[in-house]
Amino acid sequence: MRRTALFGLAGFTALALLGWGVNVGLQYLGRTSSPEVPVAPAPAPAPTARITATLFYGAPDGMSLAPVRVDVPLAEGPVAQGRQILRALLQPPPAPYLAVIPPGTTLRALYLTTGGDAFVDLSAEVSAKHPGGTHAELLTVYAVVNAMTTNLQGVQRVQLLIDGREADSVAGHVDVRRPLERDPSLVRQEPAPAVK
Amino acid sequence: MAQGPAPISVVSAAGRRALPVTLVNGQEYVALDDVAAFLPLAVREDRQGGVVITLRGRSIVASRDRALVSVDGRVVALPGPLTRTGNRWLAPVDFVPRALGPLADQRVEYRRGSRLLVLGMVRVPRVTTRVESAGAGARVTVEIVPPAGVMTVSETDRVAIRIDADALDVAPVSGTAPAVALVRADQAVLTVTLAPAAGDAKVTATTQDTAARVVIDIAPPGQEPEVSTAAPAPAPAPPPPPLAVATPGVRTVVIDPGHGGADGGVKGAGGTLEKQVTLDVAKRLKSLLEARLGVHVVLTRDDDRAVTLDERTATANNAKGHVFVSLHMNGAPSPAQTGPAVFFMRLDREGEDTRREAGAQAQALPVLGGGTRVIETIRWDLAQARHIEESRRLAALLAGALEGREGSAPAPMQPAPLRVLAGLDMPAVLFEMGYLTNPAQEKAAANDDARAALVQAVYEAVNRFATEPAPPPPAPARPPAPARGRR
Repeated sequence: MRRTALFGLAGFTALALLGWGVNVGLQYLGRTSSPEVPVAPAPAPAPTARITATLFYGAPDGMSLAPVRVDVPLAEGPVAQGRQILRALLQPPPAPYLAVIPPGTTLRALYLTTGGDAFVDLSAEVSAKHPGGTHAELLTVYAVVNAMTTNLQGVQRVQLLIDGREADSVAGHVDVRRPLERDPSLVRQEPAPAVK
Repeated sequence: MAQGPAPISVVSAAGRRALPVTLVNGQEYVALDDVAAFLPLAVREDRQGGVVITLRGRSIVASRDRALVSVDGRVVALPGPLTRTGNRWLAPVDFVPRALGPLADQRVEYRRGSRLLVLGMVRVPRVTTRVESAGAGARVTVEIVPPAGVMTVSETDRVAIRIDADALDVAPVSGTAPAVALVRADQAVLTVTLAPAAGDAKVTATTQDTAARVVIDIAPPGQEPEVSTAAPAPAPAPPPPPLAVATPGVRTVVIDPGHGGADGGVKGAGGTLEKQVTLDVAKRLKSLLEARLGVHVVLTRDDDRAVTLDERTATANNAKGHVFVSLHMNGAPSPAQTGPAVFFMRLDREGEDTRREAGAQAQALPVLGGGTRVIETIRWDLAQARHIEESRRLAALLAGALEGREGSAPAPMQPAPLRVLAGLDMPAVLFEMGYLTNPAQEKAAANDDARAALVQAVYEAVNRFATEPAPPPPAPARPPAPARGRR
């Protein structure tokens, strides 16, 4: 009899321990798979991390491209970072620099290949609103090419697409049928000023 | 209506004659029957009060109330409408070059500053005279563009410069000096008359590729003239440019007037369109090259129509051109940017590979009658790859011809990946003649003299390219000699 009672107590204890263990385990699993519920008011969002990129605008005299250091949002991965850089480049330039990309031009898409080529798809305004002239067109094309090849490691050449399609040229002069390499000859060789 | 303006001088191979001018509403007009003396035109009135002028089988239709005429179907603007006085029809002076010029079989050019109407390939160089004081003496510099042979005769009180030309397009003399009493041009002779108190004059004549120059150094009384060391050494003046010279290796020249049709190219603030300037310069260039060099000139467009870049390339390659010049006006984000620029093709890595492969892939194929013929294959869209060095030489010659011109900035020469050049199977350049975004250059682009100067520069470059031998290719680098050392 006494022996039977001892076995019963041991079984009960083992069952209790097993139940406790399962309960603790379930609570642990539940905590890691569900979103945290804030127990206090949320703090103000941390400022977006930014990086400094070198963008290329028209120099004040219109003769060349001027390298300008500009803060742009940090993004995850080269494609997202490339988009941030291009979106910043398509904004009106800070004074005293001149716009070399027609206003209203937007970024439609960006593709990167493993071979180091970037395909930058710009909206039709880049061509339709371009003022023309070989000089102005060279500045437009190489503002994009130089910005991508300077700031994105691994990008060696850039091909412009216009409105989703391959194009002969932007304004009738510069051959954009193939990816283009960086052209430092169009850049004024002086230290790049920083613009916040 | 008032009479009064001096007549215009008409210069042609037949000589020089006067064309009377009448003022109508402040504009200078000429009578069409006077013009008919040197251009075989016929005037016929229609029933609606208009007039039809026929020249070489083609017609110009005009009305009395509109400053526009239809020239062989194309509308041309004039400073004023044609008008009738008695039995005579009068037309603005500009009617002659703008409306009759395109229908004539010869050059018809009006030099407004010197009131010369130039017909055909006569030599009418621009003569610019500058007078400067030099201490108690003076210096007179006479520049002749394009260069022409000169012969100078010095007398005690004057220096006569006889220029080998049919007439002179004389610009107003700039500057004065007490030692110089008068500078006067008569036919093809420019006479510099010295003041009574002036000393002796020393004359130096030089000729460069782009201009002939005569410098007259006038000494103070009682002294020998000092010839500035800055003056180039005297050189014998060459004969005037020959007509229809042989141009070995260059028999067909392709001129490409940029843009056209709905694509106007760059538009200046004053409304000047690139496509209009390029077409006009191209037509002038065609006339000059054909007359002077005897080459066949093909235009990729000869009217205001759209031509794709591939069509331009195809036209040139099908014509088997030996030289290609694409004409453009430039644009910049700043109106301050100015000056001409000459571009030639720049190859990227892909193009360089194509150039190397072109030679390596040459195939010797048998031909009828025995023997073989070497066929080089190259990608059609990179045919320019094997002409890069010759294109660079042509660009350098054109840039050099531009640098010597008065008022022109040094012409930069720049390689660039240009679409219209890529597929051309001949030496080729793209010539940006000036910035339409610069107000002064836009104004100059409308000026006859400025356009003539651009034409002259291209002519000189093509002429030198055709007649001067290409420099030998650089010798391949030799491997370094083995170092000699003591053992």
